[in-house]
Amino acid sequence: MTNLSIFLLALLVGFEVIGKVPATLHTPLMSAANAIHGVVLVGAVLIAASAHDLVGYALALFAAGFAAMNVVGGYVVTGRMLQMFRKPTERER
Amino acid sequence: MSTVDTAVRLTYLAAAACFVLGLHLMNSPVRARRGNQLSAAGMAAAVVATLVLVIDAGAITATGWTFLGAGAGAGALAGWYTARTVRMTAMPQLVSLFNAVGGGAAAIVAVHEFTRLAAPVPARVAVPTVLDVLIGALTFAGSLVASGKLQGLVPSGPVVFTGGRVLTAGLSIVAVCAGVVSATGRGGMAALAVLLLAALALGVVGVLPIGGADMPVVISLLNAFTGTAVAMAGFVLDNSVLIVAGALVGASGTILTVLMAQAMNRSIVSIVAGGFGTGDSPAAAAAAAGAGVRAVSADDAAIQLAYASRVVIVPGYGLAAAQAQHAVHELAQLLAGHGVAVSYAIHPVAGRMPGHMNVLLAEANVPYPQMKELDEANAELSHADVALVVGANDVTNPAARRPGNPISGMPILDVDAARSVIVIKRSTGHGYAGIDNELYTNPKTGMLFADAKAGLGALVAGVKTLVG
Repeated sequence: MTNLSIFLLALLVGFEVIGKVPATLHTPLMSAANAIHGVVLVGAVLIAASAHDLVGYALALFAAGFAAMNVVGGYVVTGRMLQMFRKPTERER
Repeated sequence: MSTVDTAVRLTYLAAAACFVLGLHLMNSPVRARRGNQLSAAGMAAAVVATLVLVIDAGAITATGWTFLGAGAGAGALAGWYTARTVRMTAMPQLVSLFNAVGGGAAAIVAVHEFTRLAAPVPARVAVPTVLDVLIGALTFAGSLVASGKLQGLVPSGPVVFTGGRVLTAGLSIVAVCAGVVSATGRGGMAALAVLLLAALALGVVGVLPIGGADMPVVISLLNAFTGTAVAMAGFVLDNSVLIVAGALVGASGTILTVLMAQAMNRSIVSIVAGGFGTGDSPAAAAAAAGAGVRAVSADDAAIQLAYASRVVIVPGYGLAAAQAQHAVHELAQLLAGHGVAVSYAIHPVAGRMPGHMNVLLAEANVPYPQMKELDEANAELSHADVALVVGANDVTNPAARRPGNPISGMPILDVDAARSVIVIKRSTGHGYAGIDNELYTNPKTGMLFADAKAGLGALVAGVKTLVG
C-alpha cells in the first residue's frame, strides 16, 4: 500500500515537473529520463545478492550489464548534448 | 530497522529528490547541465547505498560479485564508449538502444524473482512481476526494432504483411492468458516463459508496421514503458528508489509522447496502428522538376541572400542526413557578418525527435537564442526577405491549412509568408506524408536542386564572391 502511494505521487510529480520543459530541450530530456530508468542497476545488485545457482548468476550478469550500459551511456550522451547548449560567450572553440 | 537500513532508505530518498530536481532544472538550457549532473549524482548515491546494503547483509557470494562486476563493467564500458563516439545525427537510435537494454534489465529482474518465489505468491508481488516481464520484454524487443529501423538495419518503411493484425491480436491474447495464469500463482516457469516469448514477439510485430517518420513517437512511448517496467521491478523487490524513478520516467515519457504526436497532428492510436509513412527513401523524384517549378542557380540564390536584410533558415531532416549543420552555420555567419539578420525557424518535429534539430545546430555552435520555435518563427517569416528551406518538406507545405489531405491541420511553418523562398532539395520528391508540396510550385519559390551540403557549400562560395 505504501509502495502504491509512492508510485502514484511520483507519477503526479513527473507530470508536473516535465510539462514545463521547452521543445528545445525535449531530446536531452528524453535522454535524461532514459538515463534515470537505468536505476534498475539497483535491482541488478539486489538480485545478484539473492542468486545462489548458475541461472541466478547468469540472470544477474545480464541484468547488470544491460542496466550499467543504460545508466552510463544515458548520462554520458545527455551530457554531450547539453554541453552544446551554451551561451555564445561561453564558447571557446 | 538497523542503522544501515535507515541510512540506505534516507539515501534513496535523497536520490529520488535529485532525480526530480534534475529533471526540473532541465526547464532551461542554462541550468540543464547542472540538472543532468545532479541526477547522475543521485544515481551514483543510490547504487553505492545498495552496494553498502548487500555488503552489510553479507548476502552476496564471491561468485555473485564476479558475475555482477563482470556484467556491470562490460555494460558500463559499452555504454560509455558508444555514448562518446556516436554521431549526433545517430543519437535517436542510440537512445532507443539504451532504452531497450533498460527494459531488458527490468524484465530479467522480474524473471529472477519469479524463480525464487515459493507458492503461494501474494498478489502484491505476483501482479507486478507479470507486468514487469510483459512490459520489459515488449520494450526490449520493440526498442531494438525501432533502433534498427533508424539505423537502416531494418526496413524503415512500414512492414505490413497479411495476417499481421491477426497475429498481433493472437499474441496479445496469449500474453494476457499466460499473464493471468502466472499472476494467480499457477503454471510455474512454463507460463512465465510463454508470457516472455509472447511479449518479445509483440514488441517486434508491434513496431515493424510503423513507418520511420513515426519512430520518434514510438521511442518516446517505449521510454515511458521502460519507466513503468522499472517501477514494477521496484514493487517486486520492495525498493522505493526504483518505484520513484520508474514512475517519473513513465510520466515524462507519456507527456513527451503526447507533445510529439500533437506536433505531428497524429493520434497516438493511429501511430501505433501503423502503416503510415514511407520512411526515409524520398519517393524518387515523383514529379521531377515538373511544370510550374522554377529552378534557380546557386549564384542567383546567393545574390538574393546577400542583398536581403532578413533571412530565416528553415532546417529539416535532409540537413541532418547530409551532415550539413556546420555548412549552414558557416553560411549564416557569413551573412550575419555582412549585416543580414539571420535566424533559424525550427519546427517541433524537425529532425528525428522533438528538439533534435536544436541539438544538431547547437553542435555546429549556433547560439540557441537564434533558434525560433513555431509561433516566434512564423512572426519572423512574415517579414523576412528570404526564407531558405534546407531539407524540410511536409512541415512547410501550405496544403496543411486545407482539409482533406494527410497533413491537414498539422501546424506548419508559414514559409510562403516570406517575400521570397529558396528551397535546397535534391528533387521535388515527396516527404513522409507522400504528397506534393505546394510550396514548390509557388511563383515566389526558387528551387536549388542539390544535396543539402553541396547546395550550402555553393551558396557560401557564391556569397563570398559578392561580399568578400
